[in-house]
Amino acid sequence: MMNRFSNPVLMKELKLRFRAFKSFSGLMFYLAVLCIFVVGFLMIYTQFSGTAFFRPSDSFTMFSVLSVLQMALVMFITPGLTAGAISTEREKQTLNILLTTTQSSTQIIVGKLVSSVVFLILMLVAGLPLYSLVFLFGGVSPSQYVTIFLFYLVTLIAIGSIGIMFSTITKKTIVSMIATYGAMIFLGGITAFFFFIGVSMDQMATGYAGTQNLMPFSPITYFWVSINPGALMLSILYPEITNTIDSLVGISFPIWVVYLIFYLLITVGCLAIAIRKLRANMKTNR
Amino acid sequence: MMIEIQGLTKKYGSFTALDNLNLSLDEGVVFGFVGANGAGKSTTFSILATLLSPTSGDAFINGKSVVREPKEVRKQLGYMPDFFGVYDQLKADEYLDFYGASYGISYSERQVLIPQLLELVNLTHKRYEYVDLLSRGMKQRLCLARSLIHDPKVLILDEPASGLDPRARVEMRDILKHLKSMGKTILISSHILPELAEMCDEIGVIDNGKLIAHGNVQTIQEQLQGEKRIIVKVVHQLEKARVFFEENPHISSIEVADEKGEIAFNYRGTTEDQVNLLRKAMLADIPIYSLTEEEKDLEDVFMAITKGADVK
Repeated sequence: MMNRFSNPVLMKELKLRFRAFKSFSGLMFYLAVLCIFVVGFLMIYTQFSGTAFFRPSDSFTMFSVLSVLQMALVMFITPGLTAGAISTEREKQTLNILLTTTQSSTQIIVGKLVSSVVFLILMLVAGLPLYSLVFLFGGVSPSQYVTIFLFYLVTLIAIGSIGIMFSTITKKTIVSMIATYGAMIFLGGITAFFFFIGVSMDQMATGYAGTQNLMPFSPITYFWVSINPGALMLSILYPEITNTIDSLVGISFPIWVVYLIFYLLITVGCLAIAIRKLRANMKTNR
Repeated sequence: MMIEIQGLTKKYGSFTALDNLNLSLDEGVVFGFVGANGAGKSTTFSILATLLSPTSGDAFINGKSVVREPKEVRKQLGYMPDFFGVYDQLKADEYLDFYGASYGISYSERQVLIPQLLELVNLTHKRYEYVDLLSRGMKQRLCLARSLIHDPKVLILDEPASGLDPRARVEMRDILKHLKSMGKTILISSHILPELAEMCDEIGVIDNGKLIAHGNVQTIQEQLQGEKRIIVKVVHQLEKARVFFEENPHISSIEVADEKGEIAFNYRGTTEDQVNLLRKAMLADIPIYSLTEEEKDLEDVFMAITKGADVK
């Protein structure tokens, strides 16, 4: 029964990852960045006196900026962890041997993804003591933190899946890494750019028509903002932003629903491609 | 039949890597695959190891098709590629444990198997050493142990002794002999086939994707007997001997070594012709004191069979 659910690749990856010095140095770097930020924030808000007030609203600002910073770090680290998952095995000439075992392609790909996700969750959990400072000063509800954590989880699994897919379909890790960071820049930056262009065009169109009071209706612009991680994070932290977005695109459907569906589809699609392409030289992929 | 290859063909665009390969091997046979680089050995092995799909044809390992039942085939065979890597930061026993788990072997069984396999490949003393710190020969042996972890019926070993020093080669050969005695069906390709000739029951010579010769070592060598190299030693009258042999229609490529008193030539004729040649030489008063046939090993067999072929 245990054998049925065991994943040797996952166990091996976890063992190797937690034995590698670079994992701990990476974790240390991550926590150091968060520490520097939190201490710096507190110092600035208390004007380096150590006796000034720190209001709950200030605490919320710290939470917001900390969340954005953590998101940026996660988005920066995830491709590094996943984009070499399969291509490194290929480069080290261990992949062929692995593929002649009776493990299925699904087991191998899922093992690789979960090991990376587990490490990223460890990073997020390791940052909890720093977050606890926010709760110390109030202003943030635990449910808000849970929502943010779920948002991280969905996003990092999707980016991880993109990394694994590129790692499977490209021969070299460096190419896979560039492609994954490219996809991440598209999702994080280019979509925001497209949103702003869409909004500008809508405003120009309504301006020319001389119908200033006409509500715009732009599903494409809505789509770009819905799949942007930054936009969703801001809407979680500041729910009033949702009303602004609604008025800009003329659609009042919660963007988190579209975000969740889109990123789940990306995850499933990328994993399916990776599983299919892992044994690309075989007609049947079993 | 333990291995049955039927019309196996692999094409990469217009290039044909394997051309209608047919081969049948019984259980327990040790088959040596001889061929130049790019001749099609590794392609054949990759198809058998379910890493590559054939363009046409099929191969069966213990009755299971590599095309239709790859997972079943993987249970039946152990594969050792010509080039392979190891995971840094895994110890020798962990390395075997990982692959054991990958074949679905339970933890308790693995705990029994791992020491036995390490003993088989003489690596018991390296059980808790990191794999990347082992020597090349040790890594090769560990990889061999890895390919045996699920007790496969068939072993596919692609150049298992490449890059090894003479001692490591001898160790590898001894292990293979032991595996042969265990009744494993072994397909092996190697640049040191002459050394392995004594343990190969059959050999196949592949060139440009085609199996151009197949049979036991003796048969293949006999194919070469049509032209053998004979070395004759004479006490004196070397020039007279040279003229005598030159006149014989079965003889070609004469080489004379004055300092040794030796004449070497290629001889194409029957055994009776050879007896007559010797008799005539005696009658012609040529003082022959030694006549030997140059021994041909598998390397010579390969060189002779692929002579003139477009070897890539």
